[in-house]
Parts: sequence; C-alpha cells; structure tokens
Amino acid sequence: MEKGKGLARRWAVEFAENSSYSSSTSDVPDPIGFNRSASDPDDANASRQKKDAESAWKSQKAWEVAQAPFKNLLMMGFMMWMAGSTVHLFSIGITFSALWQPISALQGVGKVFEPYKDSKVDILAPKLLFIALNLAALALGVWKLNTLGLLPSHASDWVSSLPPAPEVEYSGGGLPIH
Amino acid sequence: MAIRACLGLMILLVFSSTISTALFEDQVGLADWHQKYIGKVKHAIFHTQKTGRKRVVVSTEENVVASLDLRTGDIFWRHVLGKIDRIDQVDITLGKYVVTLSSGGSILRAWNLPDGQMIWESILQVSAPSKSLLHVPANMNVGKDNLILVFGGSSIHALSSTDGQIVWRKELSTNSLEIQQVFQPHDSDIIYALGFIGSSEFVAYYVNYKTGEVLQQSKASFKSGFCGEASLASDDVVVALDASRTYLVSISFRNGVINFQQIYIRDLIPEFSGKATLLPSKYNGILAVDIASSIVLLRVKGVNELEIIEKINYPSAISDALPLSKEQQAFAILQHDESRIHFKVKFDTDLTNEVLKETIQMDGQRGNIEKVFINNYMRTDRTHGFRVLVVMEDHSLLLVQQGEIVWSREDGLASIVDSTTSELPVEKEGVSVAEVEHSLFEWLKGHFLKLKGTLMLASPDEVAAIQAIRLKSFEKNKMTRDHNGFRKLIIVLTRAGKVLALHTGDGRVVWSVLLPVLRKSETCGNPFALNVYQWQVPHHHAMHENPSVLVVGRCGHNFDAPGIFSIVDAYNGKVHNSLVLEHSVRHIMPLPLTDSTEQNLHIVIDDNLHAHLYPKTSDSVKIFLDEMPNIYWYSVEVGKNIIKGYSLEIKGELDMAENVFQPKELWSIVFPSESETIALTATRKMNEIVHTQAKIVADQDVMYKYISTNILFVATVAPKASGEIGSATPEEAWLYAYLIDTVSGRILHRVSHQGAQGPIHAVVSENWVVYHYFNLRAHRHEMSVIEIYDQSREDNKDVWKLVLGKHNLTAPISSYSKPEVTVKSQSYFFTHSVKSLAVTVTAKGITSKQLLIGTIGDQVLALDKRFLDPRRSVNPTQSEKEEGIIPLTDSLPIVPQSYVTHALQVEGLRGIVTTPAKLESTTLVFSYGVDLFFTRIAPSRTYDSLTEDFSYALLLLTIVALVAALLVTWALSEKKELREKWR
Repeated sequence: MEKGKGLARRWAVEFAENSSYSSSTSDVPDPIGFNRSASDPDDANASRQKKDAESAWKSQKAWEVAQAPFKNLLMMGFMMWMAGSTVHLFSIGITFSALWQPISALQGVGKVFEPYKDSKVDILAPKLLFIALNLAALALGVWKLNTLGLLPSHASDWVSSLPPAPEVEYSGGGLPIH
Repeated sequence: MAIRACLGLMILLVFSSTISTALFEDQVGLADWHQKYIGKVKHAIFHTQKTGRKRVVVSTEENVVASLDLRTGDIFWRHVLGKIDRIDQVDITLGKYVVTLSSGGSILRAWNLPDGQMIWESILQVSAPSKSLLHVPANMNVGKDNLILVFGGSSIHALSSTDGQIVWRKELSTNSLEIQQVFQPHDSDIIYALGFIGSSEFVAYYVNYKTGEVLQQSKASFKSGFCGEASLASDDVVVALDASRTYLVSISFRNGVINFQQIYIRDLIPEFSGKATLLPSKYNGILAVDIASSIVLLRVKGVNELEIIEKINYPSAISDALPLSKEQQAFAILQHDESRIHFKVKFDTDLTNEVLKETIQMDGQRGNIEKVFINNYMRTDRTHGFRVLVVMEDHSLLLVQQGEIVWSREDGLASIVDSTTSELPVEKEGVSVAEVEHSLFEWLKGHFLKLKGTLMLASPDEVAAIQAIRLKSFEKNKMTRDHNGFRKLIIVLTRAGKVLALHTGDGRVVWSVLLPVLRKSETCGNPFALNVYQWQVPHHHAMHENPSVLVVGRCGHNFDAPGIFSIVDAYNGKVHNSLVLEHSVRHIMPLPLTDSTEQNLHIVIDDNLHAHLYPKTSDSVKIFLDEMPNIYWYSVEVGKNIIKGYSLEIKGELDMAENVFQPKELWSIVFPSESETIALTATRKMNEIVHTQAKIVADQDVMYKYISTNILFVATVAPKASGEIGSATPEEAWLYAYLIDTVSGRILHRVSHQGAQGPIHAVVSENWVVYHYFNLRAHRHEMSVIEIYDQSREDNKDVWKLVLGKHNLTAPISSYSKPEVTVKSQSYFFTHSVKSLAVTVTAKGITSKQLLIGTIGDQVLALDKRFLDPRRSVNPTQSEKEEGIIPLTDSLPIVPQSYVTHALQVEGLRGIVTTPAKLESTTLVFSYGVDLFFTRIAPSRTYDSLTEDFSYALLLLTIVALVAALLVTWALSEKKELREKWR
C-alpha cells in the first residue's frame, strides 16, 4: 500500500507563478454567458450549507470528545472497586493512574479541542463539560487516595510527627544503691 | 469479589511472614558472641596422674564446678549450681568422680570426671547449715568401696562413693559444734575429728571409719575462747587462735588427754600488731600465720615450742602442701616484687633450700595474688617439676609453669556488677595505600567467593572459607566508629573492682584497669564496686576529649560508709581522677544537664540526705542553679514501707567549694505495713527516646500517651506472701501495682491482683509497664501490662488546628498540671519464670519494641510488645486487624525461633542491657551472668539496611549484564533500522 502511495507522487515541481490556483483555470476567460456574479449566491449558499454541516459535525464531535471522560470515569470506578481499600501495588497503581489521567487531560485540554476550533462553533460548553468530568475523575482519584488512607486528612496524620512534649521537672533517686 | 479476597489473602501472608525473626545456622556468630567464664576459683583439684588429658577441677564463688584443660585453660565441662547452692568443697574420689559438697553441707553430688555427667546426688539431713567438711580418704584401694565422710552441723555422714548411698550416720548430739579438722592417720581405720563447741570448748572425736562408732571423745574448755580457726600441725597437735587473735593456742590431744598451751604472738614476732589469721594448710609440723604485713611460717617443735622458719613479706601467697611421697611434701610461695612475681617451691623436709625458683612478669592490672594451688609433674630426668594455678585479685586465673604464664582466664567477667557503653574513636583520614590494596583484593576475592556460594557453584571447602570470612570480618572488629553504630565498647565493672572494655565486634578485652581506689588499703578496708555511669560524652563541644565513665564504689557495706569515685577514660582505660569522698553515697542522679566541657552533672545524695553536686566546678554550679527549682528526688525505703519525695534547697549561703544542698521533704507515701510491703520498684531508662506522643488506633483515631520520665512503678505484696512461692495460700496473697509520679507524689494508678505473689520483675518503657509475677490461683506465672494515656490532650483532634499549628501538644508539661489519665491493662499467662526483664531501645524510638525475657533456662527470649497489648480482643475488627492487633489468647506464645541466644545459654543470667545502634532498626543486646552474650537484634527486621549476606557481586553482575544486553539490543536495532532505510 505504502509503496503505491509513494509511487503516486514522489515529487512535483510547480513552475507556474500562482501555483495556488494550479488546478483551476483562472487564466482562461470565462465562457460567454457565464456570469460569475450570477452564480455567486447559489454557490455561497451551498458553501454555507457545507460549512454549517461541518460546524455542526465539529460541535457534535466536540461534545463527543467532551463526554469521553465519562466512560473513563465509569471504568475507573469499576477498577477502583476491584482494587479494594488496602494499600498494595494494584490499588496504588490504579489510584495514581486515576489521578494522572485527568491531570494530563486537563493539561492538554486546548489541544484536544484544537481540531474543532471554529469561529462558528461554540466549544466552550464542551470544554467546560470536559473539564468538569475530568475534575470529577480527579475527585474520584483523590477520594480513592483518601480511602486508602494516603491523604493527611486525620488528626493522626499530623500528630504522629510531633515530638513528645518536654517535661519541666526532673526527678531521680529510687532505692538506695547497694 | 474473588479477586479482592485473593488479594486480601496475599496481603495477610505478606504481613504474617514478617513476625518470625529466626536465625539461620550459618548466621550464628556473625553478629553475636558468647564467652564462658567460671568466676573466682575457691578450690582446685588437679587430675594429672593418668596419661591423656590433664585437667584441673575447680569450684568457684559463682557456684560453678568446672573441669579445665590444664594445657589451654579451656573448659571441658562446667555446671552452674543455683544462686543459693553454695559450693563448700570439692574433691575427686575413686579417680573418676568429682564430688561436690554444697548448700551448707546438705547436698553431695558426684560428677563423672571425663564428661561432667552427674552420677549420683545425695541430700543429707543437716540440722542447720554450718561450716561443713568433706573428707575423701586418700588411700585408694581398688575394689574396696571407699566411704566419703561429710561433717556438717553436729552429724557425720558416710556415703558410698560409688552410688552415694548413706552407709552410716552419726549424730554427735552436741549443739553448735563446728568441726575444724578431720584427718585419718595413714593405714588406720580411725578418723580424727577436731572441732570447737561454742567458742571456748575444744573437742576431739575418734570415729571408726567403717561403722561410725565413736571410739573416744574428749572435751576441754579454754577460758579465753577461740576465734574459730585451727590448723593441724601434726598427728596430735592442733594450733588455734584465741578470741582476740593475738595468742596462738597449741592443743595437744594425745590419747584423749587435752592440753592447752598459750603463746603470745608478739613474743614470737616482735613487730606483730593487730590481728592474726591462720592460713588453712596441711603441712607436717608447719604452720602459716598471716599477720597484717606478712606471712610467717612457724615450725611446731613440741607442744609449747614454736620456731619461726621464714617471714614472707606481703603481698604474697602460699599454697597448700602437695604430698610427693609419704614423708615429703612440697609447697609453693609466691611473692610480689612490683611487676614481677617470685615463685618458690620448698619441701617441708628441707625448708632452707628452694627446689625451684622462678621469676614471672605479671600484668600490673591483675593486682595481688590471692590463692595458689600447686601441682607437680615428672620431668624427663625423673625429677619433680611444679606448676601452680594462681588466682589473682581481679579474680583472673593463671597457670604458671617453667617461669611462664601458660594461660590466663579473665574470670572476673563472671561477676559483672554494672555496665555501660561508649562510642569508639572516629576514623581518621589517611589510611595507608597498602592496606587499602590488600583489603580491596580481599574484598574482591571475598565477593567472588560469595557470588559462587550464591550461585551454588562453591565446593564444600569454599563454603567453609566463605563462612570463615563472614565470621572473621575485618569490618566488625575495627577500633573505630562505624556508620551503623554497631561497633562500640561495652564498659563493665566487676565485683573485684576491675573495669574492662569489651569490643562489641568479637568481645575481646580492649583495655582493663584494676582501680586502685577499689583495692584494699588502710583508708578503705573493705571497698566494693557499685555502679558505672557516663561521665563525659563529647558530642559537639570538647570533641578533642575522650569520653569517660564514672565508677562509683563504697568503703564498706554500711550506707554511711564513704563513697569512692573514679573517672576512667573510655578509650584507653586511663584513670583520670579517683578519690574517696568525704560523704557517703546513697543515691546518684545523673542529671540531664552538661557543663561546658560536656561532663554530665551528677547529684549525689548522702546518708544525711544532703545533696552534693559533681563535678565541683563553678561552671556546673551555675548551670545547676538555673535548673534547681525543677529538680526533685525521691527515696524508696523498703524497710519502712515509705516513699518520700524531696526537692533541693539552699539553707543560708551556698558554699561554692562544697556545693551542698539541703533536702526539703515534699510528699510521702506510706504503705500500710500490715497489708503491704514494697517488693519492687522500676523506672524508665533515662536515655530512652520516644518518637511520638500519639498512638494511632483503629480508624485513624488518636490516643495520647502519658509519657513521663518521672513515672515510678511500685509493686507491693502482702507481708505473708513475701516469701517463696507456696508459702502463702491464694486467700492471703495479693499484689498491688502502683504508678506514681515522683515529682508530685501523685498516685496515677493502682491495681490489685488477688492471689498473686512474687518474685516480681518489671520493665517500664514509654507509657507502659509490663510486670511478671506468680498467680497462686491459676498455679501459673502471669505477665500484666498497664498502658497509661493522657486524657487531657484527647480533644486535640481538629485537623485544621493541627495543620495550622494551633495546638499545645509540644508545649512543656508539668507534673503539677495534674493531667487526667486513663489506663488500659490486661494480663496473660506466661509459661516461664523469669530472671530478668528488659526492653529494646532504638536510636529514634520509631521501631516497634520487643521485650527481652531472661528465662529460667538462662536464655534470652524476645517477645513482641504486640502480644502484650491491652487492646487485644477475642474478635478484633477489620480495622484493628489492619492495625496489627493479635486476637486475644490467654497465654503468651513462646516461639522457639525467637530466642535471642539461639542455642546458647548465658549461665547464671543476671542482667540484660540494651543499647541503641545508630541504625534505627537495630538494638544491641548485652546479657551477662557467669557467661557473657552479645548480639544485635532488629525487632522489626532490618528495614533500613541490606542484610549482611546481601550479594553485592550478584547485583553488580546483574547490572553489568543488563547494560550489556542494552548495548547489544541497541546496536541490533540500529542495524535493523539502517537496513530498513536502504530498502
């Protein structure tokens, strides 16, 4: 397959100046009776329709992308339930992946919606949904972390590092030494 | 769900496998050492007649009977009799049994000479334990059943030496009879028994050896009385000392007629003054008298005629007579001359000439000669050669032969009084290159061997070589501080007043010093060693100075006798300073204060309850005066059943030269003497470090420990039940346990155990105390635990306050704030009776604790503190299980693998000392008794270091292999990619 593709067009040199219109016939005058301006509205309509369809498709796609973390969320939840609440390799791995995935997704939120960026498409709402879902996933991860007891959310987590209180008095003595 | 269950099971397995901390066979001796001792020798019997292994049988003051190899001094066999089973005499009978008489003449045992197995034991009925004598007839007629005679109290027992049966028994029907001398004239069936009745009557019995019939009995009284010492001069003359010890009384008892003849010692020896002592000896017609300055040998010429033969100046010692033939005896005289010892042997037939005269160089740290035992051997030219066994002042035992010390045993270490530890010097820069190269080569070789062993390629010889390398590791015996803190000096004080430093690597003696102030002198007649404390531990300042220890002693056994201080350098044993104090020593309190040269401040309380501050410098006084209002002390008076608490005060002007402070009584706790007597007190170790004040219980809850160094645990028992187990019924026995704050005198907790009695052992650590006693109702030993928690801090549970630091948990606390406490306790049965209790300590106090129990079998058992958790319940909840709470059982398990001493025994175990290593997981354990044993243990395993047998070579090999694989695969992939591109 690849070879064929390669063979199709190994290289090309365009000597024409306005190479951008290479395929069009702009140099050739319009045939008689052809009014370029007359055909304009119809053409514009078609292109608008096409653009509308594209933007609709884009926004639909954006919504799809925005909803994608939801599935992920469900799967993560299932995995977490499977892992149980004791600290060991699996549960820690799952929890950290559950934390890492939303964070990395949030970092790349612009990139994810790049292809659907359009002046006509409102990608803010899907973006927000995407962010919200990822935050929910993050929250789930944090919650999991807490159930594993890895978050310093109890008094015990803060107290155990405190040194014992020093004593004011000192007392010695006892039985007479013998 | 099944996966969860499976995982849960896996985790459980992982956790449960961490409990056992047993040792593999090849790990024995890597971190531990064991030394066998016998103690100060009292009697020695040589057994050298037969060809084969020559040996000497000794009995000691530690109640040990042992057979030593005469060539090397090694122990062939040894038996440690109980603490109360004092050995009176030892002898050899029939040429194959060792006979020991012990417990005041009431137990006679025979041991097989070659291997030390007990042959028979006889319990003799003795009216009252008194001085007893063992008489084993010398004429060994083979085939004839020899009788062993035991004279004790007022009776004579004759026992068959083959099976220990009592053949006859004779009651001499007189009270307070003390037999002094027993002898049997050659080839006769009559035994002469001479003794004193009371203090003034002399008595002579003639007893038939075969039947026990008293053939003749004669008595006579002497008006000025006897002091109780007598020496047999010949077959019919005994010389005794009178009550004032200034007259010699020669007693002739020929044919039942007793004549006294009094001789004033000063008439014989003009320079005599003071009191004389008769040296026990059995010579023909010769008498040895010890007068204060010298030993005088006297010849008994007739009943009333004594003649001085020789005067041997002190310090010197003289041996018993050694019969060479029927008419000839030899004896040895050893005399000190500074660092040399003159060794002379004389025959009693010719006292003017010496048979043998040798000079031996002697180590100055052994003190004077105390006892000498002589033995002879045949030289190749058929003349007599002599060897002597010498007991020195520091209780060491030496064999001297041909002008040389053949072997020596440091048997003072069998009677350790107290011990402490010291760091070793820091390693200096600039190690020589040759040494490094050598050790590098050795290192490589060792690791290559180890690798072979790991890969199971090593031959048996190489396996042995690996084991030898591991045991004789150069690392562990170095004389410098190590990174892990395993190498230290154990500084021990023995009863003889000798201080020795033992290396923790292999237990060798690094230095030893016999303290001059703890030796008998004119100023201090009867000194004895008490304790040893850390005097100077340089940390930050004064780094150029060596650490030193303070040795405390006392002149005499009364509490008002003056105290003795001696400061000894911990690196080299040099005595910096030693003095006899002007006051007595009743208590010593090492304060948690140091002066500018990092000397620890000590308060010494004398018998008048005055406090003296040491070191006596103005600097230390200044530091002390700042802290004085917060320093308290207490005194436990067992006889009066009172505990009193005091503070210190200055009455009038403080004398800067003397630094004497007066006591001010603050509180007292009086126990009702009709129902309670103090049986035991225990406190926390001063140097124990606690990591945290909180105990995290199930579900992340917090309990605050009541951590105070001023907790005193006191156990009292009913006066009726203060005796041995079984002396009281369960109804009249009870035990009270108290926890007392020693600053304010407040009783924090009190608990009673009905039907319980001593002996009690206890150990206090952090916020808990564990004590061991006997439960009369259950007929079993019990161990109880009390944990004490601070209720007043309980409300510090708000996370945000803790995060922001708005709490008072680290604010200094005072005992006078009277915090409310709660207590949790629990009791468990324990199979063993206990000799000693201790607990592990670690550098930071993070590692979980283990109790170290000195069992009745003289072993040290490690028991996890988790077994003695008062929160154990029958069905712990899931979260409690996760916390590590073990389900409740009624008795504590004894896991055979958790014996710290593995297969060894620390005979006569008296103490267990724990010291933290620098490595948090590890504790150094030193246990002493007659034997010494040292090891290091990791209660939670060595989680912070690789194990000793970790194969670095294998790791290195793995890394190299991985790197090689990486390079190869990289090259291959590069090649492949290139090929791909050219296609």
